[in-house]
Amino acid sequence: METIKQFSIFVENKQGKMAELTRLIADAGIDLRTLSLADTRDFGILRIIVNKPAETEALLRENGWTFKITSVIGVKVPDCPGGVATVLKALNEANVNVEYMYAFVNRTPGRADTVICVDDEEAAFSILRSKNIDLLTEAEAYDI
Amino acid sequence: MEKYWQADIETMSREDMKALQSERLVKQVRHVYDNVPYYRDLMDKKGVTPDDIQSVDDLHKLPFLSKADLREAYPTGMLAVPMKDCVRIHSTSGTTGRRVVAFYTQNDVDLWEDCCARAITAAGGTADDVCQVAYGYGLFTGGFGLNGGSHKVGCLTLPMSSGNTERQIQFMRDLGATILCCTPSYAAYIGETLHDMGLTPDDIQLKAGIFGAEPWTEEMRRSIEQSLGIKAYDIYGLTESSGPGVAFECCEQTGMHINEDHFIPEIIDPETGEVLPEGTVGELVFTSITKEAFPLLRYRTRDLCVLSRKKCSCGRTLIKMAKPKGRSDDMMIIRGVNVFPSQIETVLIEQGYSPNYLIEVDRKNNSDTLDISVEMNPEQFSDKVKDLQEKERSLAGAIKTMLGISPKVHLVAPKTITRSEGKAVRVIDKRKLHD
Repeated sequence: METIKQFSIFVENKQGKMAELTRLIADAGIDLRTLSLADTRDFGILRIIVNKPAETEALLRENGWTFKITSVIGVKVPDCPGGVATVLKALNEANVNVEYMYAFVNRTPGRADTVICVDDEEAAFSILRSKNIDLLTEAEAYDI
Repeated sequence: MEKYWQADIETMSREDMKALQSERLVKQVRHVYDNVPYYRDLMDKKGVTPDDIQSVDDLHKLPFLSKADLREAYPTGMLAVPMKDCVRIHSTSGTTGRRVVAFYTQNDVDLWEDCCARAITAAGGTADDVCQVAYGYGLFTGGFGLNGGSHKVGCLTLPMSSGNTERQIQFMRDLGATILCCTPSYAAYIGETLHDMGLTPDDIQLKAGIFGAEPWTEEMRRSIEQSLGIKAYDIYGLTESSGPGVAFECCEQTGMHINEDHFIPEIIDPETGEVLPEGTVGELVFTSITKEAFPLLRYRTRDLCVLSRKKCSCGRTLIKMAKPKGRSDDMMIIRGVNVFPSQIETVLIEQGYSPNYLIEVDRKNNSDTLDISVEMNPEQFSDKVKDLQEKERSLAGAIKTMLGISPKVHLVAPKTITRSEGKAVRVIDKRKLHD
């Protein structure tokens, strides 16, 4: 199974918190491949894919941030009408629930790489593979 | 074999104790009447003379004193001896109004330190122990009180005062401290710091802690006992009656023995002032029968609790007071319901949250709001918004079951609520700003 490491970081809903966090990551020379923010009245969860997962983990730990490393799937979605629909239809057929999803900043013309977090990774992999839907490798996702 | 500091007093028969109290009370009422004009006026107004007080059974005839009286009499209106006979003062923090200054003669200090020595002995302390006092030293009574008690017992005393937590732990390790005295919230913080430093209770030799000066729950006791690997004992006191050591816990950990030879307790109905029978919850009232400089008769503590004379397995015959439910001025009335911070703390710890929380009460559109910020443990963090919201909802539900009113619960990141080295600030009531 080719899963990608995503960092999910708890960010309090206070002015400057997000700036503080992204500055910390930037100053360590870590590049954000993509990000997504889930927010509520009280807090946000910043989800990021980075080029240096090991360094990021140490950095967040040392600086006392509350975070979790979550495994997600990177899907190479064709950049054409119905691209995402095809992927979601396949997952639906296999009774896999999508918890959340977001896209990479596009780097390859014709492809919209997408991060998907599902409730059943194994079932997701087998259905995507059987439908010949390409997945991102870790190296591709982190752009190493 | 249970050890006592003053076995004759601590295991005295009820009859002998009553006789001793009566003798001391009669003398004390005369001393106060003759030397404290403020209280003499109160007695005169009530039509009571010292001759009306022949034994403890007459105690109820005396007028009450409240914190308002002490503020009015500030600074020396309650002083019963010439100031030159005093050797020390202590003072309340004054957070709820004008400070109260309490005076001590050398004899007052000696008797107070005996009370603290009883507490240390009941917690298993002997001359072989190393006692780390991390209560604040200064006007606050905690540091000097336990320091004096520790000297009397003969412990090696570490007068750390509060603060500089890593140094506390370093001294604790380097000098092999076996007993820790501080506020329960500071004890919890020391435990947390110990673990942050990568240490465990096996790295320290602490066996007991004597914690007081603020209300705390059984759940908090268990959490501190676990994080420091100790037995945690409660101690009670108030500046107005000397300081810590008015009452202390024994090995049974089921309430605190009141040092009745110095302080006569009563439980009254806070509304009517009527004395309530033993076993009823009410406001605790103390009469100091040995204090020379600052002898308060029937002082209303505003602490709500219950007294019990049930036989204690430790062998002490001193009456026991339950852990106060809360100080009646800690009590908040929210949407018409009485709420104590300790009730909320109980739920938090039961549900696996840290004892670090902040309660904010406000009034919006003429309705009270209750917001509770709670620190998550790192393991409680989830990547999914719905999981975190579910945690908030379920915690709010448990608190609603306890209080009868719904709070808004806000999960916050670990270590973001300010830690206290002394008495913790747990409640911010913004409604007062609107009045």
